[in-house]
Amino acid sequence: MDEPLKELGDHIVHATAGAVTGCDVRLGELMLECPPDRLLGLLTFLRDDPKCLFKQLIDICGVDWPEREKRFDVVYNLLSLKNNLRIRIKVATDEATPVPSAAPVYSAAGWFERETYDLYGVWFSDHPDLRRILTDYGFEGHPLRKDFPLTGFVELRWDDIQKRVVYEPVKLAQEFRRFDFLSPWEGGIERVLPGDEKASPPAPAKTGAN
Amino acid sequence: MSDVEIKTLTMNFGPQHPAAHGVLRLVVEMDGEIVERCDPHIGLLHRGTEKLIEYKSYLQAVPYFDRLDYVSPMCQEHAFALGVEKLLGITAPERGQYIRVLFSEITRILNHLLNVTTFAMDTGALTPPLWGFEQRELLMEYYEQVSGSRMHAAYFRPGGVHQDLPDGMLDSMDGWIRQFIPFLKDIEKLLNDNRIFRQRTVDIGIVSAEQALDWGFSGPLIRASGIPWDLRKSQPYDVYDRMDFDIPLGKTGDCFARYLVRIEEMYQSVRIMEQCIVALRKVGGPVRVDDRKLSPPRRGEMKGSMEALIHHFKLYTEGYKVPAGETYTAVEAPKGEFGVYLVSDGTNKPYRCKIRAPGFPHLQALEMMTKGHQLADMSANIGSLDIVFGEIDR
Repeated sequence: MDEPLKELGDHIVHATAGAVTGCDVRLGELMLECPPDRLLGLLTFLRDDPKCLFKQLIDICGVDWPEREKRFDVVYNLLSLKNNLRIRIKVATDEATPVPSAAPVYSAAGWFERETYDLYGVWFSDHPDLRRILTDYGFEGHPLRKDFPLTGFVELRWDDIQKRVVYEPVKLAQEFRRFDFLSPWEGGIERVLPGDEKASPPAPAKTGAN
Repeated sequence: MSDVEIKTLTMNFGPQHPAAHGVLRLVVEMDGEIVERCDPHIGLLHRGTEKLIEYKSYLQAVPYFDRLDYVSPMCQEHAFALGVEKLLGITAPERGQYIRVLFSEITRILNHLLNVTTFAMDTGALTPPLWGFEQRELLMEYYEQVSGSRMHAAYFRPGGVHQDLPDGMLDSMDGWIRQFIPFLKDIEKLLNDNRIFRQRTVDIGIVSAEQALDWGFSGPLIRASGIPWDLRKSQPYDVYDRMDFDIPLGKTGDCFARYLVRIEEMYQSVRIMEQCIVALRKVGGPVRVDDRKLSPPRRGEMKGSMEALIHHFKLYTEGYKVPAGETYTAVEAPKGEFGVYLVSDGTNKPYRCKIRAPGFPHLQALEMMTKGHQLADMSANIGSLDIVFGEIDR
């Protein structure tokens, strides 16, 4: 079942001469990796090549991997109606490096890129209108980054004296609790157990009950 | 006499406006009565669903999907359930799949009934919504019977559905179908040849096939523009490949074509429902995968066995671990292609769960559709796009 996808992947890798740096088929889905400066050429090829004809841009989204040097993946999902195929392209970038906007190739890219910029802070060069889209007017920060807290930084309420809505730093009535049920007994996950945070780093791994 | 320069008027539309279908704010630039530019401001219903899901186990994430597009809840659970099943490498048992298809089609009728009738309301007719909501109420009773909830069902779970159908439900559905077909014919009688409705919709907001592809359209909108594309046929999931149904196509790509496509889709959904009912009378067996790592023990078992109780507790607090990987899984939701891009890092919580809502690119194209039309046509366009802010703002 994966063979035609592999063939298509090889075809794309050969035809685009170095624009594709990684090609993989997993779970029956074709994935490509691409450096930012070659993205527009690759997208145009995928849209117009008779073996591909990925005429529809389904989605653009970001994924944050804070431990990586290039912490963001920008993921493009394309669909070919003619060949009934899907493809995924990943572009790695960081906070400073812009990704060229796909809006000249697909009109639908405009809002998807605005959303990725809003939620992750990924820059898109030559975007016609790179504004925030989902968050509040005047919002600061990029909420889907892994280092952005779930509670956010500000909360708002109606102030009856000032007769307007005011923003204040978040005050939690109780400490934010993140229930972590990952069992240290299964799957060899190396991690600090609750209560062990102050132990010196090379503490012996705990085994058995408590 | 020198030319007088006429300045365009900038007007604010919404966020609270009956024709905005929720909280849509539009900043419209008008030249007289003609729309020059329209800039939708969305995000007023943004709840951070994707961020919240990253902090929940896979099972706890299911109810968030009901709350996205709150007029077609089960289809969205379906996308999430299929995505998780793909990562886990399991498939739901046959009876579970038939139930999911049956309720997906009920959901489609629920959604189209709401859209078609409120679209009629946007263009000036009040009777269709009054009639349509009665039928919706009957269908939501089926929701309630299987899940305990009229709307936010959380019924489709990864691995199948939560419970089997109650006794007598299939007979009752047969009865509902018998009275629904005449009802749908009545709605058509009210609207198809209605002079006002036609004047407000025919040749309004025409989208060509090329434009529909370029702007990422899907579902009834792309079919109204004449492209035969339906994920239930082209990339069938669950038991859709065993169903016999037709895909309605529009020729003109205007608001009226989009209305006609939705009406015909309801007839086709009824056909699928009938086939599912016949099949469900024959197909027995479990409705959820029989894997104790994924589905909890039966309630009766828990009354007697301490281990079963602990097992249940562990599954509902810790949840199950999903192997590392990523997938994009899409279903044909009533509004179009609803997709979930799931990234798992091997723990019990999704690392990333991107929700691809069909309404998002549709609303983006509103400016393209509305430019050069009159202001009143804008509300017809919004009605025909079938947007719900729960899914657009997420």
